[in-house]
Amino acid sequence: MLSIKNLHARVEEKEILKGLSLEVKPGEVHAIMGPNGSGKSTLASVLAGREDFEVTEGSVTFNGNDLLEMAAEERAREGVFLAFQYPVEIPGVSNMNFLKAAIGEIRKHKGLDPLAAKDFLQLVKEKSKLVELDGQLTNRSVNEGFSGGEKKRNEIFQMAMLEPTLCILDETDSGLDIDALRIVSNGVNALRSPERSFVVITHYQRLLDHIVPDFVHVLYKGRIVKSGTKELALELEERGYDWIKEEVESV
Amino acid sequence: MTNEELTVTSKKESFIGNVQSHISALQSESKIHADALKALENLDFPTTRVEDWKYTRTARIANEQWHVANNNATLDITPYLIPNLDATVLVFVNGFYNEALSSKTEEGIVMNLNQASNQSFEYKHIFTALNVAYSTAAINLRLGKNVVAEKPIHFLHIITEEKTLAQASIFIHAEKSSSLQLVESFVSTVEGRAFSNRLLNIHVEENAHIHLDKIQLEGDNQFLLNDDNIHIEANGNFTINTLTIDGGWVRNGLNIIVDGENVEANLNGFYMPRGKQHVDNHTLVDHRKAHSNSNELYKGILNDQGTGVFNGKVYVQVDAQKTNAFQSNANVLLSNDAQMNTKPELEIYADDVKCSHGTTTGQMDDTALFYLKTRGIGDTNARKLLAAAFINDVVNKVKHEAIHQYVVNELVKRELLFV
Repeated sequence: MLSIKNLHARVEEKEILKGLSLEVKPGEVHAIMGPNGSGKSTLASVLAGREDFEVTEGSVTFNGNDLLEMAAEERAREGVFLAFQYPVEIPGVSNMNFLKAAIGEIRKHKGLDPLAAKDFLQLVKEKSKLVELDGQLTNRSVNEGFSGGEKKRNEIFQMAMLEPTLCILDETDSGLDIDALRIVSNGVNALRSPERSFVVITHYQRLLDHIVPDFVHVLYKGRIVKSGTKELALELEERGYDWIKEEVESV
Repeated sequence: MTNEELTVTSKKESFIGNVQSHISALQSESKIHADALKALENLDFPTTRVEDWKYTRTARIANEQWHVANNNATLDITPYLIPNLDATVLVFVNGFYNEALSSKTEEGIVMNLNQASNQSFEYKHIFTALNVAYSTAAINLRLGKNVVAEKPIHFLHIITEEKTLAQASIFIHAEKSSSLQLVESFVSTVEGRAFSNRLLNIHVEENAHIHLDKIQLEGDNQFLLNDDNIHIEANGNFTINTLTIDGGWVRNGLNIIVDGENVEANLNGFYMPRGKQHVDNHTLVDHRKAHSNSNELYKGILNDQGTGVFNGKVYVQVDAQKTNAFQSNANVLLSNDAQMNTKPELEIYADDVKCSHGTTTGQMDDTALFYLKTRGIGDTNARKLLAAAFINDVVNKVKHEAIHQYVVNELVKRELLFV
């Protein structure tokens, strides 16, 4: 589904990704961990199509297509979804209008008829339950005045509404209390399916108790330096990142 | 006399000569008309050296050979009515009041045609004097004491011929404790040049309430000048929303005199010049008495080579203690060639007041734009969503549901909003 080969990316003059490779197959959950500044969020931004980052080398293909050639909106229509680390507040744009517009464009891209108003509302009702987001919030402006936890739940709600095939979660757990973490994780787990893959970027192993990954990768200095299964995350929690850094530096 | 002054003078004279050949002055015996003619002698078309006209050029108006068009009674006005609005519609075709197309005013509202107003004028510029001296139509409305109008009154101005000079004037006197919703729209059935020079005077007596939604929808080649003068007495409440959706050259002059205690004056507006459109809003709120409030919010979205002007004056006179006066002007530039000239001016002579003003001019928020795109929304629609969000608070000042919907529809029709 997603194939990243030798990806190099920089912002302004600073090279952040330095030869990252990753293969994600349908239905798999990959966790990406790593110390601060290792390039985790850059990876998320590059995959979502943020223009501040320049890819200088390597390739990313998504379902056989060159992802890097697509604009951010095309990627989204093809099924890529980024849950933001810092969801953006957009005063004056209602959550509902926003989602209607998004679903409208995605369906159009897929050659589907527009969703009837009744079906749209039914979908909102159904999906907002997944993340225990009440009707009040869905009617407000996008993320405006939402608490940190509500913003993250809103990201997962949008993900549920748009039904992407590749979900990238950029530190969705950061700043969440244990209840919110449970709600967000339950929402994500409910969306797991054999066709849908997840790249879960996190700083903490705690999230992976709830969203159990198939693979865990350690990102350090812009490359994946170690891969394993969920046990690797536990080891990182126990021992920190220093042993990984030492391993890398000694090579 | 320099050459330049010579040219300007002759320009004015030929302009007036041309107007005279088309419009026989109304009420030629009245004092008001005599005053206007006298004022005309001393006034001239403003140049950009005049501070109030620094960014708004009038040469294209001064140079044109305008004429007076027919008052076309067979016109179908249906496309220009506001859907689902049960209103008293007063129609001006090419600046002439058209009785056949208009509805009768309801009981309690007395209308007089072409009758000189006893209100006094301040001739700030030549256009007011031109309007009064060579008016195409003047209507007087008097809202009786305690009359709460059931229906809104809709002033519908339609241009149907090229090169038309339309000079309608509207005088409204709202007596004590009366209440009225007004809506005014400016449209054109032709694309060619036209100049609408419309004068509006409203006198809001004690405890009267007036709400005016002004919707400007003229074309790219047209010139629209509004001179609005509002006088509010104690406990009066006045709101005006100036919504410039379309128009090649628009100049709105709004002067509000707060002449009583416990008055509330609200003035809001949006403008979205694009292509080569130019929209100028000059506002003045003159607080003369204590304990009154004014709230001003103007927002602009400027695209292509569109230009905008905002000049907001607030005076708080020495007797106007405990005044609350708020003013805000915010702008978004969507292109490198768009230009906004904004200037707030506060003059405060009282010492116990709350006044604030702020202006911002910026670009569209890239982070918000990216966020929308990552959800599949294309660039054009994402920008429209954000534009809609930006002017949303001004659009929501239009309280009447049918009028609000009409404004939204006119924006959507022009692909300025995404709904």
